[in-house]
Amino acid sequence: MLRFATAGSVDDGKSTLVGRLLHDSKSVLADTLEAVERASRDRGSDGMELALLTDGLRAEREQGITIDVAYRYFTTARRKFVLADTPGHVQYTRNMVTGASTAELVVILIDARKGVVEQTRRHLAVAALLGVRHLVLAVNKMDLVDFEESVFSAIAADFAAAAEALGVRDHTVIPVSALAGDNVVDASTSMPWYSGPTLLEHLETVPVGVDASTQPVRFPVQYVIRWADYRGYAGQLASGVLNVGDDVVVLPSGLRSTVVGIDTFDGSVDLAYAPQSVTVRLADEIDVGRGDLLVRPGDEPSVVREFDATVCQLSDRPLQSGDRVLVKHTTRVVKAIVDQVNYRLDIETLDRDGTVNSLGLNEIGGVTLRVAAPLAVDDYNRDRLTGSFLVIDEHDGQTLAAGLVGDPIADSSFSTSDGARL
Amino acid sequence: MTTLTETTGAAEATNSAAAGAVATVDAERSRELKSPHLDVLESEGIHIMREVAAEFERPVLLFSGGKDSAVMLHLARKAFWPAPVPFPLMHVDTGHNFPEVIAYRDELVERLGLRLVVASVQSYIDSGRLRERGDGTRNPLQIQPLLDGITDNKFDAVFGGGRRDEEKARAKERIYSLRDEFGQWDPRRQRPELWNLYNGRHKPGEHVRVFPLSNWTELDVWEYVEREQVELPSIYFAHEREVFARNGMWLTAGEWGGPKDGEAVETKQVRYRTVGDMSCTGAVESASVTIADVIAEIAVSTITERGATRADDKLSEAAMEDRKREGYF
Repeated sequence: MLRFATAGSVDDGKSTLVGRLLHDSKSVLADTLEAVERASRDRGSDGMELALLTDGLRAEREQGITIDVAYRYFTTARRKFVLADTPGHVQYTRNMVTGASTAELVVILIDARKGVVEQTRRHLAVAALLGVRHLVLAVNKMDLVDFEESVFSAIAADFAAAAEALGVRDHTVIPVSALAGDNVVDASTSMPWYSGPTLLEHLETVPVGVDASTQPVRFPVQYVIRWADYRGYAGQLASGVLNVGDDVVVLPSGLRSTVVGIDTFDGSVDLAYAPQSVTVRLADEIDVGRGDLLVRPGDEPSVVREFDATVCQLSDRPLQSGDRVLVKHTTRVVKAIVDQVNYRLDIETLDRDGTVNSLGLNEIGGVTLRVAAPLAVDDYNRDRLTGSFLVIDEHDGQTLAAGLVGDPIADSSFSTSDGARL
Repeated sequence: MTTLTETTGAAEATNSAAAGAVATVDAERSRELKSPHLDVLESEGIHIMREVAAEFERPVLLFSGGKDSAVMLHLARKAFWPAPVPFPLMHVDTGHNFPEVIAYRDELVERLGLRLVVASVQSYIDSGRLRERGDGTRNPLQIQPLLDGITDNKFDAVFGGGRRDEEKARAKERIYSLRDEFGQWDPRRQRPELWNLYNGRHKPGEHVRVFPLSNWTELDVWEYVEREQVELPSIYFAHEREVFARNGMWLTAGEWGGPKDGEAVETKQVRYRTVGDMSCTGAVESASVTIADVIAEIAVSTITERGATRADDKLSEAAMEDRKREGYF
């Protein structure tokens, strides 16, 4: 199963590309196609508007825009796909951060006539910030540049330079025409100079998942199951492999015990690995509850009362120094104070403006947070699930910001010039 | 008057087996499961259910007797085992039920020792609070009893079996879907959902609809039903039935909805792809008598399950979106 996201602006033909991918992989059934054909005719189009396959809401069809992240599902003979289709214009950061947070691959779309533009750099930076492993650049509308190899090569070189500056190791560039279908599912006959995979072939074959055995054990306790003499700690392994017999440390308390059983409805198992949901029994009757994290001794996250993080502001209410908020990290919710807004990141240049003390909608920046109770956190670069959190408004409950522990942009081999750091 | 009835299964919870009595699954075998994507979907669904049980006061699971609600209930049993499912079921009963589905529901509730709340459209009609529609369909009439059932029982989290692959409005639905006091869905007020962190905070009177099967497709549900041997009502499998054709669907001939003049009744071998109000849920011609047959049938089907079987979704291009906004599932 591959979870991936698409990013690009309306004009780049993203909805058409997604529609083409669904259509040509035969993932759209006859009645849906008929409905789209009917709607296309009603709008006065000659052919079928593939974009209508993905624009789900009335307001979107009426205004010809995409409001929100939409999820699509399709399966080929080789793989099941979950696609987070994120709109490219207003609130692009908010939507792209949302879509990319669960994606293993992001397809960035650009118009061959325009090449790498500001928006491309933003998409690239957001994907890199969110730790997406694989990036694909789909150079669309090749039919409008006469399928010219030199146009494609120049764009590919520009993109490679931008990706390298961000420390992105794996990226693939594919020339396509979503409207005509070239290199989306079927290989193009108009670009004999391109011998690489089509977009779908690449999506079907890119390696996914991580070897859990190489990752640290992180087991956030969600729920304590008590029934007669039974007492078990239910949760989903965020990372790593947990074995019966393993010594564990409970954080933040630091209490120690040993795993004596790993249970599921289908029977007890000797080991569990991410992302399995299981129930763990411990040898000792110690105080363990929701919000605690089970880890292996010697391979522990930091237990902190104050930490630096990178946040992406998702709400139109700005985040300001001194704000009192809630932080939801794994299964724990704690009160927190925004001690300081340290900088705002210019997502195109990676410059940091240290003079600000608030972050507005769609802005990304660094903050220092002070929390009312200790949290066991990893750097986001090390562990996506124990390194991420939500900032929530204490009063009306809305989600204000997405948080990444540490400074992913400076810490990975991300910025190459010292000028990009503050 | 109350329109909510409650029944409690008499049987003791069957989940009392102690942990030690459980067979050990060979670890190697569990790593080699044929369908790792089903393991991922199952673990995700269990994670969601545990989050809700931990963070909400009074969750409830909407149970129609359909395959999606059967899979949800199966996930709930797995999530809290060996303890029993820690929340009740609610059935919004249109009164136009397939008798096989009601029998299935009652047997399951009894055997698993579950608590069932029934919100009855019929009693709303009997008491004059709702009026029968001209077209005879009762699906839109479910909204009021559903919302009253949620309010009267103070349910704050409501599990639904909706899947994003079902319909284009549902493709934009969150796993946690915040509803206001009127049960309404506002797509522009949706909270962004990141990683596996769900924000269920809500004001008094509001509630959250939770969709643990969001990322499942119809085929995933059937493959899971096969793998887990989840019990389903018999109408999902091919059987002989007296039906009549309307709007390109086969509807059951009976006391509700037809046939009208000129609609000829025939006996066909059919099965249902969805379970809904009997008066507007269509059957498809099918020879699929086993789960494996059904999977083979769906894999080559060219029609979506709602397109094939739901008259009410055909009313307009935004029919589902409009009903969702009003508080539908």
